[in-house]
Amino acid sequence: MTTIFVYIFINMSNSDIGVYAERHQEPVFSIVLDGKTRIERCEDMSELEKTKTGDNGKSVVMPHRGGRTRLLIASVVTAVIIISAAVLMGVVLSENKIESVTLIGAGATFPMPLILKWADVYYNKTGQAVKISYLGGGSGAGITQIKNKQVDFAGTDAPLSATDSSTYGLVHIPETLGAVVVAYNLPGVESLRLDGPTLARIFMRNITAWNDPAIASLNPNITLPSNQIKTIVRSDSSGTTFVFSGYLSVVSNEFATLYGQGKSVNWPDVIGASGNPGVTQTIKTTPYSIGYIELAYAITNNVPYAMLKNRDGNFVGASLDTISAAASGTTLPAGDGDWSGVSILNAPGANAYPIASFTYILIYKELYNEQSKMNKSAAKALVDFLWWVVHEGQSYASGLYYAPLPQSVVSVNEATLDSITYKGEPIR
Amino acid sequence: MVTAKGSMLRKNTVRFGGDQLFEYSVMAIAALNLILVWFLAVIMFSDAWPSIDRFGIGFLVGADWDPNRDLYGALPFVFGTLVTTGIAMLIGVPLSIGIAIYLSELAPLRLKDPLSFIVELLAAVPSVIYGLWAMYALRPVMVDTVEPFFQSVLGWTPLFQGEPIGLDKFTAGVILAIMVIPTIASVSKEAMMAVPDSQREAALSIGATRYEVTRMAVLTYARSGIFGACILGMGRAIGETMAVAMTIGNANKISWSLLDPGQTMASLIANNWGEAEGIQLSALIEIGLVLFFIALLVNVFARAVIGRFMSRIPTTGGGL
Repeated sequence: MTTIFVYIFINMSNSDIGVYAERHQEPVFSIVLDGKTRIERCEDMSELEKTKTGDNGKSVVMPHRGGRTRLLIASVVTAVIIISAAVLMGVVLSENKIESVTLIGAGATFPMPLILKWADVYYNKTGQAVKISYLGGGSGAGITQIKNKQVDFAGTDAPLSATDSSTYGLVHIPETLGAVVVAYNLPGVESLRLDGPTLARIFMRNITAWNDPAIASLNPNITLPSNQIKTIVRSDSSGTTFVFSGYLSVVSNEFATLYGQGKSVNWPDVIGASGNPGVTQTIKTTPYSIGYIELAYAITNNVPYAMLKNRDGNFVGASLDTISAAASGTTLPAGDGDWSGVSILNAPGANAYPIASFTYILIYKELYNEQSKMNKSAAKALVDFLWWVVHEGQSYASGLYYAPLPQSVVSVNEATLDSITYKGEPIR
Repeated sequence: MVTAKGSMLRKNTVRFGGDQLFEYSVMAIAALNLILVWFLAVIMFSDAWPSIDRFGIGFLVGADWDPNRDLYGALPFVFGTLVTTGIAMLIGVPLSIGIAIYLSELAPLRLKDPLSFIVELLAAVPSVIYGLWAMYALRPVMVDTVEPFFQSVLGWTPLFQGEPIGLDKFTAGVILAIMVIPTIASVSKEAMMAVPDSQREAALSIGATRYEVTRMAVLTYARSGIFGACILGMGRAIGETMAVAMTIGNANKISWSLLDPGQTMASLIANNWGEAEGIQLSALIEIGLVLFFIALLVNVFARAVIGRFMSRIPTTGGGL
């Protein structure tokens, strides 16, 4: 028996169907559908009759169970076989790799490039035995996930509150230092000096023109344009905003009262862009704009950034030295203590850059818990990895424009890592 | 047009087990839609409850969004969404219908297929691509040419105040228009192609010109399909996230000038979701809930307006 296909043309005009029928020398039938009726046009029924009587024209054809259905079934069956084979292979392969340990972290995106670099180097250093995946997702997401024990470690730019760190038994390990710079796009101006109160007034829109006396008095040798200042901020909530608004709150009481420190701030009259890349791009393409970004983005994208007046009254540009200088003068609590007050914003020191900040890795002080089922070798791998991070790992920081930790901070971290336990026993 | 012959065909349907089984199984799948919408509404409502409870109706009219003080209001974002969607539809609908008319009525066969294919391809381009394109390619054009032009012509209205920066509601509206065009054009084209030739022939037979055929026969007959296409396009514009977040300037404020930055509900959620906790999270979910209902309202409203409009014109012989 010859197989006959059904060619049903839905919503096609007569001429198209005619063309088709002519080209293929096959009978064709069209059905026009719309929302209300199932079969809208059956005026070709007479022609259908004609076909049945042997007249060739627009018309039809019948039924089914032809090759197409079989082809469909065959392809579905094949797909099922392929997928189950792949799953099976995955299971077999993963069982072969028992020896390696995978550690999962999530959280702050600010230190992400550095953590990924560390993960890569450490993976090769350990002969591919310890694999570290860091998922990013933001500080808030990282904190939520480690509280729920979904990850082995979390990254955060803002320290935990005192209650959170004691309730959950999490310790802070500052792993690197970063700086937020005030980048600007000011045609014809090579270098710009600002101080904290002026910066706060710019971002509160109290100062709206570039040639405002407050800016001019800080830059006596520069002719400033009279254009309006366009302030560019982060539209997504971020650690960068947390650090920057923290600095503005420290240097300006008015800012602290009106806006305050936070991962997102209710800025007045600004342009928001997403992520450091977004803000960097917007500053670069918007003349007379000013915004805040991380140092690394300013350097790699060649965006000029302002020198800021620090607490000691010196104008300091952000560099790895000036950031480390900001951290070296601080006294830190023990790893399991209360870190919520730790801040190196507007830190003292002749050479200290004022908008610097630690970024932290959070882990549990007692690594064994029912939910995560972390085994002892994974716990040991985690502590060893972090030990490596705060020592040898620091040499990778400067290449990515993060500042290496000063010795005083490394010592605090050593004590913290020595205190980590697994089922009550110290790991190191 | 339901013909007697059509209903005859339906009467002749033989009912047997397989048919019934098929009918019930597709009915179950269709019912899943309803259940899904219901669940969506219930889950969003329960997750948004802390915020609904705390801010009440004030949430809808509040103009502040300040996570530092836990003050949340949806008004600037509702405003931004309506304005950008309005711009998108204003620009997008006429262009799309033009494209659809050309493709279904005028284009020669050898152009028709490639062009239709390209239009449909554009509908499938991910929105982040449109967003990036808007940032790098569209924005300079808007800043240098389009916005100064509008400002010189319409600068006296409150709509075009301020300095063109290219990150504003206008740019977002334009990129949305570009994004809805493929959707509206391809669906309208299908609707127009479904118009029976007898309609066109009837118009021609009474001496209509090509333009009159299109207006009287095609647009009139296909209007419900075209309207459906516009609703589909509007759905995309209301809910669009990435492309808007990249072009609108993300400022949480209400300003009538299209050249000022703004924020839509979808872009607000996208921007703040990652780090939101506690009451901010439920406020964001409440924004989602508001978006859900606004999309619903706009749909119902559009249907009602167009329904009244359409009932006034006779089914045949009148222009759209």
